[in-house]
Amino acid sequence: MGSAGDVLEDNPVGRLKVYVYELPSKYNKKLLQKDPRCLTHMFAAEIFMHRFLLSSPVRTRNPDEADWFYTPIYPTCDLTPTGLPLPFKSPRMMRSAIQLISSNWPYWNRTEGADHFFVVPHDFGACFHYQEEKAIERGILPLLQRATLVQTFGQRNHVCLDEGSITIPPFAPPQKMQAHLIPQDVPRSIFVYFRGLFYDVNNDPEGGYYARGARAAVWENFKNNPLFDISTDHPTTYYEDMQRSIFCLCPLGWAPWSPRLVEAVVFGCIPVIIADDIVLPFADAIPWEEIGVFVGEKDVPELDTILTSIPTEVILRKQRLLANPSMKRAMLFPQPAQPGDAFHQILNGLARKLPHDRSIYLKAGEKVLNWTAGPVGDLKPCLQGNGLIGDRDSFGCHLRREGEREAAMGGGMGAFWGTRVMEIVKKHDSGGLLWKRIKLTPTRKANAKTRLRRVWQNEAVLRACAEADASNSPGVSNTESCTSAGKNE
Amino acid sequence: MKLSLFRLSYWNRRGSSFRSSASLDPSFDGGFVGKSSPSSIFWLVIHGLCCLISLILGYRFSHLVLFFLFSTSVTNLYTTPFLSAGTGGVSRLLRLKPLETTNSTVRSSRVVVGRHGIRIRPWPHPNPIEVMRAHQLLGRVQKEQKSLYGVRSPKTVIAVTPTYVRTFQALHLTGVMHSLMLVPYDLVWIVVEAGGTTNETASFIAKSGLKTIHIGFDQKMPNTWEDRHKLETKMRLHALRIVRDKKLDGIVVFADDSNMHSMELFDEIQAVKWFGAVSIGILAHSGNADELSSVLMNQGKKKGKPSMPIQGPSCDSKEKLVGWHVFDTQPYAEKTVAFIDDKANLMPSKMEWSGFVLNSRLLWKELVDDKPTWVKDVNLLDDNGEVDSPLSLVKDTSMVEPLGSCGRHVLLWWLRVEARADSKFPPGWIINSPLEITVPSKRTPWPNSSSELPVVIKEAKRRSGKSRGSKSMSSKGKQQTSTESF
Repeated sequence: MGSAGDVLEDNPVGRLKVYVYELPSKYNKKLLQKDPRCLTHMFAAEIFMHRFLLSSPVRTRNPDEADWFYTPIYPTCDLTPTGLPLPFKSPRMMRSAIQLISSNWPYWNRTEGADHFFVVPHDFGACFHYQEEKAIERGILPLLQRATLVQTFGQRNHVCLDEGSITIPPFAPPQKMQAHLIPQDVPRSIFVYFRGLFYDVNNDPEGGYYARGARAAVWENFKNNPLFDISTDHPTTYYEDMQRSIFCLCPLGWAPWSPRLVEAVVFGCIPVIIADDIVLPFADAIPWEEIGVFVGEKDVPELDTILTSIPTEVILRKQRLLANPSMKRAMLFPQPAQPGDAFHQILNGLARKLPHDRSIYLKAGEKVLNWTAGPVGDLKPCLQGNGLIGDRDSFGCHLRREGEREAAMGGGMGAFWGTRVMEIVKKHDSGGLLWKRIKLTPTRKANAKTRLRRVWQNEAVLRACAEADASNSPGVSNTESCTSAGKNE
Repeated sequence: MKLSLFRLSYWNRRGSSFRSSASLDPSFDGGFVGKSSPSSIFWLVIHGLCCLISLILGYRFSHLVLFFLFSTSVTNLYTTPFLSAGTGGVSRLLRLKPLETTNSTVRSSRVVVGRHGIRIRPWPHPNPIEVMRAHQLLGRVQKEQKSLYGVRSPKTVIAVTPTYVRTFQALHLTGVMHSLMLVPYDLVWIVVEAGGTTNETASFIAKSGLKTIHIGFDQKMPNTWEDRHKLETKMRLHALRIVRDKKLDGIVVFADDSNMHSMELFDEIQAVKWFGAVSIGILAHSGNADELSSVLMNQGKKKGKPSMPIQGPSCDSKEKLVGWHVFDTQPYAEKTVAFIDDKANLMPSKMEWSGFVLNSRLLWKELVDDKPTWVKDVNLLDDNGEVDSPLSLVKDTSMVEPLGSCGRHVLLWWLRVEARADSKFPPGWIINSPLEITVPSKRTPWPNSSSELPVVIKEAKRRSGKSRGSKSMSSKGKQQTSTESF
């Protein structure tokens, strides 16, 4: 844990060199063009990191002298109509990208990715799922096990947090927050402030699941307490109210991190972090223990006692530390980048991991990663680039087709069918309803069976090709039989 | 039919967003179609049974509980009491069990995925000691904020209040006194009293605990508003002379005793350099409130919004003083009141003194460095005797500083309310002698009161003719008797 200020001011320029791979635009620009909302939601850090690195002085065009390699891929830029990201395409996209860089450049295979880093800001990082049990089940994508992950998720002893990961804050729009600043001499008159959900009635009707019951406990214990200004409203003066409060609650939600932490630090409100075992952003540079208050989830009913029993000098000291502008800068992703901001903290974190240990360099022919590990649905078809297998796009994902509502069918087809079909259905999000009852005519049954058979055949091809890939040395193009078999589908 | 509909709605509810895990499980999809397979019939039967049980029990009883009953392993719920009455939620935890075991073999995590209880303490209400402590914390934080971000070197506030003994003096002076007591800066309160100093005023002011200078002024306060304005002006100039003689250092504020001041006023005037002007809201008093408000409403309708008239500085877009907002008294010319106790609108003068503040160094005799030349000397003024507006203290009115973001913030409100000229009030507002006539009310809570009513009441009863409640009767009688007793 670093002391406030000095580590934050480090300048990474000159301490490391980053090489940015040239990936086709289907991995980055095309996704952004399809949906420009990716630039404003809380996972936008991946896009801004790419832009920052392209014009940063740490970038080098000579990959042989690079210490770190960056892959410009936006895995979280697949949004539903309501703006939430779907992680179903992301594993395939990631695999495809890694396939590309491993076959076109020798640097991946040199270390099997140990000197590469990826920005995966989604809910549970590189586990690529928004639900915790499913994310735990999937685990970190096997191909990324040696790479350094730059992610927002952080929880100790969790499958989805790798040892050497760098935890970053979620993206919060800096201009919007600057626009709502009020003068510093406005007296802070709210004791505890929180705005957000306590119960997620859509996804957790009975309660106890969302936020592990912690948010519900806050509501039930303190809804009548005049010191606690908590509600589910969306006031227009949200930012101004935060600047008028002493404590801002930052409890966990579905995932332990939240943009409230960033907002609290920027507005000088002491964050009260209610998330067990959470790993906070830039924990080696920002002294979170001295800035914020940590409350265990089991201690939530005594929150008022805890907060009022903090000595006055401690509170004043925390506020003084929070007023430090370098702390606020380190939480933000400003456009254009400024010294001391979150981009530089990420580079500092990467620089601190240098020099690379000799052991990461693999000997010729040595292989550590298992390219076939992981759920079957992740495995990418062997084609590189622009081929289509049946009705898939180049990542091997089902193309959108209007009117596809297949979830109601089939009892005993297994979990695979269920998940695959659910992905399709979710793409055609019909505003609330996941599926509607459709009449199961024989034609529809037959079509579904044909489609399923084709899917299974493709999977078999994938598996075969993956094994072929594993046995061949990387860099050699795939055997013709695989590509032709794929094309014929 | 009903069952399938219920099932449909149930699944719709549970699966209504893409985060629901239960809906993804295909084992339940089997029950949904339920046409011919034996398993679906089995599920229907179980579902029907559970519906019946729910009906009896009164909350939703899920068929998955049967699963739970038949399963052997024990869950590691945090089983503190929780609000939700349904046991249907246990199903989720049930399904998560295999996941938890795999998790534990990978790493040992204290934090478990799944359903947790909602912890509520037995008495979830605020503890008064903690609330007090929280308010102390708030006060301390605000004090720290003020010292860090507030005014750097605050100057003393010198408040000048002309007053005289009358019925509403206590009312007005209390307001001003409390405002001044809340001012966080050093304060000197100069009270100039018409008709000489009196013990009443002196005892009142002493209650404030502020540093006060109580001066008497020899003339009595006249009865007409015009003359009163003139006398007040003279009293204020007298106070300014005192400031000059005692060489008080600070900012002079004219706190008239019937005005209302906001705390921001005192923060804002700290920024004045020599001579500043603030905006006053005019609460034109009217004994006939409807007329005035209707006139204002008409004005407001023309402009589109009802507005409070304001006297104060007005600036152009570059924040430079260009003129003054003055209340137009023309529409009210015939309705204005001459005497203090008339029931009609009382209009402020063109430029009220309370809208101006000045640095006390302007008044000093000696040549203070960089004292501006556009200020007249106070000594010369009162010889002439014609000072009608505070602006006549300055030679060059464009040098006046507008305060309160150039007059956009209204920092104080002007109001003149007085009781009837012949109204009397007990000295010191204490009634020492016992009241001569007491009238018991009909419905008295005390059992042994005399039921004799004095003659006056009986007469009043006869006179009114209508029979009302006895309480109103006795209160009427009381009014009559009280006027008589004086």
